[in-house]
Amino acid sequence: MRISSFFYTIKQGIKNIFRNAVFSLASIATIASCLLLFGVFYAIIANFQNIVKTAEEGVAVTVFFTEDVCEDDVRMKEIGDLISARSEVSKVVFVSADQAWEEFKVDYLGEYAEGFTENPLAGSANYQIYLRDISQQDSLVSYLQTMTGIREVNYSKVTADALSGVNNMVSYVSIGIIGILLAVSIFLISNTVMIGISIRKEEIGIMKYIGATDFFVRAPFVVECLIIGLIGAAIPLGIINVVYDKVLTLVTQRFEVLNSILRFLPIQTINKTLIPISLGIGAGIGLFGSIITVRKHLKV
Amino acid sequence: MAFGRKKKGRVIPEDELIVFENVTKTYQTGAPALNGVSLKVKKGEFVFIVGDSGSGKSTLIKLLLRELVPTEGEIYVNGVSLSKLRRRQVPKYRRNLGVVFQDFRLIKNWNVYENVAFAQRIVQTPNRLIKRNVPAILSIVGLASKYKAKPMQLSGGEQQRVAMARALINKPPILLCDEPTGNLDPKNSWEIMKLLEQINKRGTTVIVVTHNREIVNEMQKRVITMKKGVILNDEEKGGYIDED
Repeated sequence: MRISSFFYTIKQGIKNIFRNAVFSLASIATIASCLLLFGVFYAIIANFQNIVKTAEEGVAVTVFFTEDVCEDDVRMKEIGDLISARSEVSKVVFVSADQAWEEFKVDYLGEYAEGFTENPLAGSANYQIYLRDISQQDSLVSYLQTMTGIREVNYSKVTADALSGVNNMVSYVSIGIIGILLAVSIFLISNTVMIGISIRKEEIGIMKYIGATDFFVRAPFVVECLIIGLIGAAIPLGIINVVYDKVLTLVTQRFEVLNSILRFLPIQTINKTLIPISLGIGAGIGLFGSIITVRKHLKV
Repeated sequence: MAFGRKKKGRVIPEDELIVFENVTKTYQTGAPALNGVSLKVKKGEFVFIVGDSGSGKSTLIKLLLRELVPTEGEIYVNGVSLSKLRRRQVPKYRRNLGVVFQDFRLIKNWNVYENVAFAQRIVQTPNRLIKRNVPAILSIVGLASKYKAKPMQLSGGEQQRVAMARALINKPPILLCDEPTGNLDPKNSWEIMKLLEQINKRGTTVIVVTHNREIVNEMQKRVITMKKGVILNDEEKGGYIDED
């Protein structure tokens, strides 16, 4: 292909967008609306998953040591190292008996604590163990219960099961919704692109009669649809980027009580997945939609 | 001509540009559109193909365009068997044919210049030559000043001249015209025919499918008359034969 033909193809593709303004606008609008819907759902679901994950991260398993270990810092450290080495553990926090007593005083006793001269929680030094995935709590607890030097393992099976269940449900529902949205988007967008190209069947036929190769006929259509696909994908990304922070500000202002519970994802995190997926869908549909549809009309 | 003569098998004499050998074309339903047609067109000839609707004229043009392939028989163009052309070779073959249709077949969204230039772009003519050749051919067909106009802004005669400019810009050895005057008034029809005659005088083989009795009778060229898929008459300097 000559360089002049290459530039001609690009120029022609761009010109076609304006020449077939109705088709271009209809396609861009369809792609943009479908991907906007997809983007909004993705942002909601990503935030929901993040909230569940944050809640999971706050759930800890607490282990208390036997009396002999409580007085042996080296043993306690060894146990801590063994626990930290487990794959399901994300973080281990050591709470000494003194720290435990201080926290207890602040939380429950207040001024009444002055009556105590010794630490009544002398044997309550512990590790608070945070998990990477709450569904792995059972396996960790089983391991901890078999460890020597451990007196007691405190955990909440109900909380872990509930969070794990919610997490699973969110994952399945989000995969389902996003899958359906993607399928509907791809169907709608391809249909629009196909109808738009079918209208130009005559144009393709004329080019073929004159002696244009399939590639020469197809290339400007592909460029045209690729650009339309990318514009259609860029519009909802722009809208989501502009609106996202504003919506979050509004939600946090309206429902201040939620601020301490909910931690929303920054737009940058959403963008990391949304931008490549949206642009990929836009470009992919433009590319394959045009190739497949033009092929149908090339047999002249 | 870009495509060479057949090297193996049947040898076609150099001067026989188009050869139909017992060509039959049958569609899925109905009688054969062409039934055992044999004809030869020599280089530089001007041939009228006439006949009623359903006589097989359009099928003949479609076969020459390699839009269709014969059910039986062989068609050779410049020694090349069209049945043996692979699909990817068809565009290259078509570049050796100038084609003019009754309905002009111009791309409506493109202006006159772009419609004509497209024929050069597909043969990868450099831009500087396109910029020289398109105005030149438009002057020949008398449309130099209308290069920016869209087809819909032109009269039928002008649109047909644009189609002819597009067909001729690559200097094809064969010009196929399918009812080129079918949508034109008598004045424009004659102008188009005069243009075709001039092109023929420069060495291009011209094949015109037409219903225009007056033009056929006046021009005194070779006339092939078709009826129900067969050649009824083939006459040098002939006229329009009434089939009834």
